[in-house]
Amino acid sequence: MEGVGLLSAASSLSHRVGAVGRHPVARRAGEAALTLIGVSILTFVLLRVVPGDQITAAYGTAAGDLSPEQLQALEAYYGVNEPLLSQYLGWLGGVLTGNLGVSATSQLSVLSMTAQSLPNTVELAVLAIVIGLGLGVPGGMLAASRPGKARDQISQLTSLIALSVPSFLLAAVVSSWLVNTIGWYPNGEGYRTLSEDPALNLQQMLLPALVLGISIAPPILQTTRAAILTVRSEDYVRTARAKGVSGRRLQVRHILRNALIPVVTMSGLQFGFLLGGALVVEQIFAIPGIGRQVLLGLEQKEYAVVQSTVLVIAVMFVLVNLLTDVIYRLVDPRVRVQ
Amino acid sequence: MSTQRRHGHRTHATVATALAAGLLAATLAGCGSGGEKTGDANGTLVFGISADPAQMVPWTATSTQSIQVLSQIYSPLLNTDAEGVPEAGLAELPEISEDGKTYTFTLREGVTFGDGSALDSADVKYTYEKIIDPASSASSASYFANVAGIEAPDPQTVVVTLKQPDASFVAGLTGVNTAIVPSDVDAKSLEAKPVGSGPYQFKSRTPNESITLTRNADYYAGKPGAATVEFRVIPDEQSMVSSLKTGSVDVAIFDNPVTAKTATSGQTESMTVDSLSYHVLQLRATSPTLKDPNARLAIQCAISREDVIDSAALGSGKPTGPITSPEYRSDAEAQPCPEQDLDKAKDYLAKAGKPNGFTLNLMTSQGLYSTAVDEAQNIQAQLGKVGIKVNVEALDSNAYVERWLAADFDAAIAMNGGSSDPNTMYSRYFTKAGSFNKVAGYSSPELDKLFADGIATTDTAARKPIYEEISQRLVDQAAWVWLFTPEMYVVANKRVEGLEERTDASIATLWKASVS
Repeated sequence: MEGVGLLSAASSLSHRVGAVGRHPVARRAGEAALTLIGVSILTFVLLRVVPGDQITAAYGTAAGDLSPEQLQALEAYYGVNEPLLSQYLGWLGGVLTGNLGVSATSQLSVLSMTAQSLPNTVELAVLAIVIGLGLGVPGGMLAASRPGKARDQISQLTSLIALSVPSFLLAAVVSSWLVNTIGWYPNGEGYRTLSEDPALNLQQMLLPALVLGISIAPPILQTTRAAILTVRSEDYVRTARAKGVSGRRLQVRHILRNALIPVVTMSGLQFGFLLGGALVVEQIFAIPGIGRQVLLGLEQKEYAVVQSTVLVIAVMFVLVNLLTDVIYRLVDPRVRVQ
Repeated sequence: MSTQRRHGHRTHATVATALAAGLLAATLAGCGSGGEKTGDANGTLVFGISADPAQMVPWTATSTQSIQVLSQIYSPLLNTDAEGVPEAGLAELPEISEDGKTYTFTLREGVTFGDGSALDSADVKYTYEKIIDPASSASSASYFANVAGIEAPDPQTVVVTLKQPDASFVAGLTGVNTAIVPSDVDAKSLEAKPVGSGPYQFKSRTPNESITLTRNADYYAGKPGAATVEFRVIPDEQSMVSSLKTGSVDVAIFDNPVTAKTATSGQTESMTVDSLSYHVLQLRATSPTLKDPNARLAIQCAISREDVIDSAALGSGKPTGPITSPEYRSDAEAQPCPEQDLDKAKDYLAKAGKPNGFTLNLMTSQGLYSTAVDEAQNIQAQLGKVGIKVNVEALDSNAYVERWLAADFDAAIAMNGGSSDPNTMYSRYFTKAGSFNKVAGYSSPELDKLFADGIATTDTAARKPIYEEISQRLVDQAAWVWLFTPEMYVVANKRVEGLEERTDASIATLWKASVS
């Protein structure tokens, strides 16, 4: 069902893309810019609506011990004494000139923090999506090959279980089992990036990518299964079959390829979420990714850190959507023609 | 000492906790403190922390992680000994004038900062004046409230003049929040690159990952055991356990006995240490529900502290009275109801004119510490037995802090840091002029006088009965209901030697440890 819904969503999306007119790219860029501004305003407002500020976050109840002069100095230091509009415009102006702000706790620019954390998150997301596709697509094909029969039911049941187990639980169980049996827990070592120490980095990425991959495989499996079942009843498949195309060629070239669009859509969505930082998994496995950067900013009420990082995540999301569009064109010539 | 706050596992210790950072309680089995070093002189000791330090300048440090890291880099003017009594550090114990208003400190000779410059009286004067300056927003400024002036007549001498005698003044000079910074380094630059005279020097920091320190070979108190100390950020408790078990982290501190137990294996040892901090049910005596002392006493009598410890706090803690300062510790049993006494509780309710009980709003926050909500619910169940209907409000930690500061509550669950000085612990809450008196909601002219007497003399023997009386008055009036002091668990790899375990889990003497 989900897959069918996504299929129609994808086709209406591609239809819309085609129907925009002469400047679809300009139109999409404009939409993206509006989205980003909306995200930034929403983040800005939400941060200030929730109770507390940087001062109460840093001092806790000890903030009550600060003299009025001390409070004034702190407010000026954190820039929270300025009117909201000038706070927002000041931040936005900075962002437009490439200044994402500075973290008061680490004294580092958000740009340099992001330059460190984003590649880790992207790497994790790519590995997770590869694992998710590796499990989900063959699983979906397997399930669709004999709908309603044992292999379908087993695949569906497995995916239901994988979907139901929370990733934090899976992470805890798997890692503590490995620790207690073979004494292996690479994530306790200091984090190393792919370029610093590829061997250790891949070990450190293995468990989190596996946990995330398992959690995103079920929707991919379901989407693949539903799309294949839909495509299989299409006229052109019947035609191909009548023509004598059979076996692997029919499955891959005629069915799978045409079933891929909703899978691409689903994978794009999942990838976008992963880029937002798989916060829980990053926390559990001590991966210094972008999700933890946002969390740290939220805990310390570091407005600039949260606003800028959320904006970066939104930009990534928009880029992934654009990329998904490009992939549509690759897998489905009809999108190009339209 | 305000309430400790916690986001996830990260605690916000308080100024007072920091000041109390000085109590040796025990020594890890098999480790001789200050004994011969058999460890690897080039070894790296990895200390696991659950969050990135939030502040890097001593006088603004409030988070536990900040205090842990900065206590390796900076030295305070004075240290504290095993009993929590201030002792010599960068300076000898001060000579105090007859009138108790002039403190003269003689600095140790030959102490240098990490940048090689000498630490002299000008640095002490600079640091303290910086703390007093409102522009620094120092959380330790209140310790200097009585200071009239600071002089540095010669490089080794610092003279502090007080407006009035204040016996708690010295206790304020023993923590990270008053540690000495170099006067010739811009304070702003210390945030990114700390420069102190502590056992270790700042080397590098990767946010959300680690902070690396290297040995200060010229440390005035001795040669630090490990060549390198790395504070590694591991946010998840189970991940910390795994890291300890596989030996990638050498030392970590837990507040959860169950976690500490799972972290203990053939390779690691766990030590239980007491704490100066305390869990308390704060009652606001000025709120309409709790105005009558009998209503508050009914609450005290209806609560079994052992039950709170066993059911909510996983068995980790000991019942306590108000004062946890080692020299002045309150007798935990000296209160109207040392044990739960439901009949007495009902008597008090009748005296309060509410024989059928009343409704009490109790706020708490998961962000305070891991069992804060469980404790509130346990108290809810206990008070229900005498007809006191408790509405538990579990708030976000920022919302809790805002309402706490605004004194907008009837009752609150809190964990407060202790101090080696009882005046530091309570004068801010229970004197009329105290900065948190509005929040505490209780004061009296008699208490004001007792607190004033308590700091008018520096003689411990003379001060003791005064604080005994303060403590007694607080529990007799059930100003708050003091619950228990929690226990902390230090888990260390067996390759760590010479690790000193200190009350309140301070790691100010981590430098004595080495790794093999």
